[in-house]
Amino acid sequence: MGAAQRFKDAGFTALIALALAFPLLGFQTTDTGDGYITRFNWVAIATAAAFVVRLLLSLVPQRFRLHQYATRYTALPQGKIITLVAGALILFSILLPISPLGSRRTIDLATLALIYVILGWGLNIVVGLAGLLDLGYVAFYAVGAYSFALAAEWYGLSFWEMLPFAGLIASAAGFLLGLPVLRLRGDYLAIVTLGFGEIVRIVLNNWSPVTGGPNGIGDIPRPTVFGMPISPGAPEGVTTFNHFFGIAYDPLQRLIWLYYVCLAAALVINWFSLRIRRLPVGRAWEALREDEIACRALGLNPHTIKLTAFATGAMIGGFAGAMFAAKQGFISPESFNFQESATVLSIVVLGGMGSQLGVAIAAVILATLPEFGREFAQYRMLLFGAAMVAIMIWRPRGLFTVRAPSVRLDQP
Amino acid sequence: MNREALLEVENLSMRFGGVVAVDGISFTAYGREITAIIGPNGAGKTTVFNCLTGFYRPTGGSLVLTYDGKTFRLERLRGHRIARDAGVARTFQNVRLFAGMTVLENLMVAQHAVLTRASYYNFGGLLGLKRHHDAERAAIARAREWLDMIGLTDRADEVAGNLPYGAQRRLEIVRAMCTGPRLLCVDEPAAGLNPHESADLARFLVTIRDRFGIGVLLIEHDMSVVMGISDHVIVLNHGQKIADGSAGEVRNDPTVIAAYLGEEEAA
Repeated sequence: MGAAQRFKDAGFTALIALALAFPLLGFQTTDTGDGYITRFNWVAIATAAAFVVRLLLSLVPQRFRLHQYATRYTALPQGKIITLVAGALILFSILLPISPLGSRRTIDLATLALIYVILGWGLNIVVGLAGLLDLGYVAFYAVGAYSFALAAEWYGLSFWEMLPFAGLIASAAGFLLGLPVLRLRGDYLAIVTLGFGEIVRIVLNNWSPVTGGPNGIGDIPRPTVFGMPISPGAPEGVTTFNHFFGIAYDPLQRLIWLYYVCLAAALVINWFSLRIRRLPVGRAWEALREDEIACRALGLNPHTIKLTAFATGAMIGGFAGAMFAAKQGFISPESFNFQESATVLSIVVLGGMGSQLGVAIAAVILATLPEFGREFAQYRMLLFGAAMVAIMIWRPRGLFTVRAPSVRLDQP
Repeated sequence: MNREALLEVENLSMRFGGVVAVDGISFTAYGREITAIIGPNGAGKTTVFNCLTGFYRPTGGSLVLTYDGKTFRLERLRGHRIARDAGVARTFQNVRLFAGMTVLENLMVAQHAVLTRASYYNFGGLLGLKRHHDAERAAIARAREWLDMIGLTDRADEVAGNLPYGAQRRLEIVRAMCTGPRLLCVDEPAAGLNPHESADLARFLVTIRDRFGIGVLLIEHDMSVVMGISDHVIVLNHGQKIADGSAGEVRNDPTVIAAYLGEEEAA
C-alpha cells in the first residue's frame, strides 16, 4: 500500500468516525438550559484518533496483523476438547453458588445468563438447525412467561404445576405461527416472524383487562422446594423449607434455589437438543436447511418439518419464559421487545449456528457483558457493539463452527 | 420376458402462461427397463420430470403409475407423497445433495419415512427404545451396502459437499435409491463427467435396473450412455414426442436426425 493510499484509507476511516461521533459524542442531554450541551471538541478528538490509529495500523506489516493469529491460535476445538470444556463449564456452574464468587449479584446474573442459554438453544433449533430465520422468537418467551403468570394469578397454580403447560402453550403458539408461514423462506419469513413478535408484545400491552397492560403482572410465585416454599413464615398447614431443615431464612436461599432450577432445566434441554439432533426429525431439520427441494424429492414433507422446528423451538422458549417470570416475580410487556429477539439471535449467530457449546458461551458473554460494562456507564452499549464486531472479525462464522455428524458409519 | 407397464403418461401438457413447454405427450415406461428421454435443449425433458415428481402440476393429461396391483395418479399427489407413497425418486440436473451434511447422513435422510415410523414419530427415539436403535442400525447397514457399491464407504463420514463431482453424482443416485423407489428418474447424470466416469455410471444404472428390478427414466445428452444402456428411447422436440422406439430405431429415424441437426424437415 502506498503512502497516498494509506492516507486516503485513514481519511475515510476518520470520516466514518466523524459521522458516528457527531450524534453520539457531540451532544449530551442535560436537565438545564436548552436540554443539551454540545461537545464538539470530543468529536474532533475521536475523529483525529480514528485517523491516527488507522494510519498506524496500516503501517503494521502484514505478518504482525493480529487477526491472523486470532484465527490460527484459537483453532477450532474439536471432539475431546469440546467435551472437556463443556464438563468444566458444567462443574463451574454447579459450584458457583457455594464458591466465593457466589454473591447475590453474581447468582442473579448467572440465573439470567442461564435463561439466555436456554433461549439460545431453543432458537438454535429454528435458526441453526432448520435454517428458518426467526426475528420474533421473544413472542414465545412472552407466551411462556404470561401463561405462567396468569395461571398463577387466576388459578393459583405453582411454578412446577405450570412449567410443562407454559412449554405446551408456547409450542402451540409456535405451531400457529408456523401455519401461515409454511411457504415463506429467508427474508420473507424473517419479516413475518418480526411482525408476529410485535403483535404479541402489542397485544400484551393493550389487553389490559387480562394482561394488566403496561403495568404487567406482579406477585408471581417463586418455585418451591418440592412443595415447600422458601420463606420466613408460612400460613397454617404449610411447612416451609427453612422449618423442615431447621435453618434460618435468608433471601439468598431463594436465589440459589432458582439458580439450580434453571441450571437443571438447561442441562435437560441440552440433553434434549443433542438427542433430537440425532433422531430422524433432527436430521430432517438440517436437511431442510441444506436443500428444501431435495427434501421434497426424497419424500420428506417440508411443511411438517418446519412446523416441528417452530413448535420445538417455541416450547423451549416457553420454558425459559416461565423461569424468567419466576425469577423476576413481575413481568410486563417491556421485557419482551424486539431487543430481546435480536439478542437471542445474536447469541445463536455469535455462538456458531448449530453448536450447543458455542451458543452457551455466546449466551453467557452477551448476558453478562452489559453488566460488567456498567463502569462505562452510557458507553456500555458502545462497548457491547464493539465486542460483537470484534468477534465477527475474528470468527465470522461464530465461535464454534465445527459440526459434529449426527451419525457415524462405525458406531456401535 | 414380457414387459410390464410401470408408468403411463397420457396426453401430458404443461403451459407456463403463453409458453407451451410440453404439448400433449404420451408414452409408456416399463418396469425393469431403462427408458431414455432425449431431445435438443428446451425440448421439455426436464419439464416432464418436474410434472412426474410433483414439482409442477401439469395443466393437462394424466400420469398413472401401476405396480403390485396398486395404482397412483401422480398428477393428483402432493410433491413429497410422490416420493414417499408412490415410490418415485429423482436426481437433479445440478446436483442437490445436502452439502453440509456427511455422506452417510444424506443416505439416512433418504430413509426418513422408515426411521420415523420405527421411532414412533421420534418419541421412541427420545426415550431410547430398542425398536428405534434397531431401525437406525438397519438403515446404516443399508447405507453401507450402497456406499460399497459406489466405492464411497471410506468417505462415509465426510461432508458431502467436499466430494469430487463424479462422486457427488453417484451419491445423489444412491440417495434416491435409499428411498426404496419403484421408478428412478435421473436427470442428466453424466453431465460434467469424463468418458471413463460416464461409462462407469452407465454400468451402475444397468446394475440398478437388473438387481432391483425397477424402472429407470433417464434424461441424458451423452449419446454413448443413452444408446449403450437404454431399452427404449423417447425423443422430444419443441414439447412434442417425435419418436419412440429402441435405440437402433430412433438413431435412424429421419425426424430425429432433422431435429438434432436442425435441417428443414423432409415431408
